Parts: sequence; structure tokens; C-alpha cells
Amino acid sequence: MNDFKGQTLSWQIVNGAIELALHRDPCNEIGSLTLDELEKFAAALSRLTDEAHALIIHSTLKAGFSAGADLRELFQRAQVMEKGAALRGVREFLERIHAVMNALDAAPLTTIAAVHGVTFGGGFELALVCDIIIADRMARFCFPELRLGLIPGFGGIPRLKRDLGNAVVRDLLLTGRSFNVMKAQQIGLVSQIAAEGEALRVARATASQVGKFDRRTAAAAKEFVKPIPYEELKREIDIFCDLYSRPAVEEGLRRFVENEGVQPYLP
Amino acid sequence: MSAPTIDHTLDEILGLAASHFKVPREKLTPDDDFFKTLGIDSLQALDLLTRLEHHFAIELPDYELQGVSDFRTLANRIQARL
Repeated sequence: MNDFKGQTLSWQIVNGAIELALHRDPCNEIGSLTLDELEKFAAALSRLTDEAHALIIHSTLKAGFSAGADLRELFQRAQVMEKGAALRGVREFLERIHAVMNALDAAPLTTIAAVHGVTFGGGFELALVCDIIIADRMARFCFPELRLGLIPGFGGIPRLKRDLGNAVVRDLLLTGRSFNVMKAQQIGLVSQIAAEGEALRVARATASQVGKFDRRTAAAAKEFVKPIPYEELKREIDIFCDLYSRPAVEEGLRRFVENEGVQPYLP
Repeated sequence: MSAPTIDHTLDEILGLAASHFKVPREKLTPDDDFFKTLGIDSLQALDLLTRLEHHFAIELPDYELQGVSDFRTLANRIQARL
């Protein structure tokens, strides 16, 4: 399946690069439907890899790359389930999304996140699995989970620790603040900054460049420089589930979901 | 080089907001609620924050904007970072 057009995402191969486009309104919130389609993509990846040298993940929506986990779905499901069942559901969701993220992280091709606008929470974590992050000048990054009484659950902390200094990780995580591309490049997260609306074009040019090299060599280099912190990733799921079972989280989610004001994305 | 005055900072914020959100500059006043005057939500406010950070070459953590909704207070927050 070289082409796929789903409800939340689509993919195709363009000039030797797989282009995975996210397009679930309003801002690519990652819920069960997106997870189903991401799993389809992960299952197709080994076949796609035979015909491509690079993967570009991008969003077709104006609001941004992704606002992260679908908190409304998370909250609403918890309301209709017994607590133990809700917790088991959360753990299962996390284990499934981790499997997808790990497959993307380890993919034997060069992966590029072309991000713009809101790149928050789970969306930020999706970008972090990629080898290279290319950001539009207006991109904004954030791990807001502590505002809800949680930690990032899609592999964010272990991957941020892999790529950045621990002091920076603590600042971003413990303040829950958002930051712009200049800061993101300064701390070593973003490789290239593109003009407004140009991230995908820059990503395509970068994909074209990496296609000039021997694929086996590129895959060996990637495996050498980009270890996957499997043990920490498992630990993250445990910590997330421990925190999730507390009443404070339900209240945090309720505040977010029921907030009809103009500032739900501001701390 | 000395920092610009608060009036200058405020004027630049109003000019940038008017230009980006296509509102006549003369309709904006320092004490306006920018969410209402510009008709923006929190995502657009983050967009405005990013543009202001680029314009003034500063970093302004969004938690400093908690509860801030008028241009004058916003200008004070930015001035403290110049």
C-alpha cells in the first residue's frame, strides 16, 4: 500500500520520500482513530522502506503540526468507564502508541519532521522520534502535561533526554512553558528553520539530499548515533499510569475540556 | 544601546497586532482587551506571542501572560525582557 488516504492522516511516496500528512481537525489531536491509522502506517513501513530513502511527517492544517493527545477523548472515555477499566485502557493506548513511535524511531531511513504552528505534547513527541526536525519560523513547542497533573506519555521525556541537556529538559518539563523556534534551535532541538509556510519545501530538499547517499551506510550511521531508550520508555508508561489514577488528573482534564474561555492553551 | 521606552514598545506592539490581524491601527488602544479587540483565541494569542518574540528578539515565557489581556500589561512584560 504505497498510498493511503485516511480520516486523520494520509501517505504517499514522492521522489523517493514517504510523505506522511496529518489532517485531523482542529489540530491533529491524537486519539484512537489517529492511533489506528498510525498503526496502519507502521505496519506498511517495512514495505514502503523498500521504495523510499526518507520519511517526511508534516501537517496540512493551518493551526499547526499537532496539539498532542486528544484530551477530550481521554476525559470522555474515563467518564463512562469504571476506574480500573479506564486505567487499563490508558495503558493499552500508551503501549500501542509507544510501539508506533519506536517503529518510527528505528526506521532504517532518514526521518524528517516538518513542523509549523502548534507542536505540543504528543505532537512534539511525534516530532522527537524523527532524525531531523525542520521548523517553520512560527512553530511553537511545549510539553504542557504537568498542567494536567501528568507527564508526557508518548515517549517525550526519554527522547528529549536523549537529544538535549538535562537542565534544558527540566526547564521545559517543569515549567510547562511553550517556546519558539529560535529557542528550539539554540538548545539543539531544531536543525533548520524555514520561512513561514516553507517547512515542507525545506524538508523535501533535505530528503533529496539524504537520498544521494548509500542507504545501508545511512541506516548504519543512524543506528550508531540514535540509540532508543527502551527501558526509560517503559518506565515512562508506568509513571504516567501511576499519576493518571489520581483524582487531580481528572480535575485537570475536566478544566481543560470544559474550558470555554479564550485561554485554554495558555498556562 | 539603551532599551526603547515603554511607549515605543507599546506602539510597536499595537502596530504589529494591527498589521497581522488586519485591524485598523487607530482602533487599537493600550487598554483594550486584545482577545476581544482582535477577536483571537489562545492559539492565535500564541501566534501573536511568537511574532512579538521575533520582533523584539526576546524570549517571553507564556506563563508570564497568564491573566494578561490588555496591550499595556503585555508591553510591560515585554519591556522587562528588553
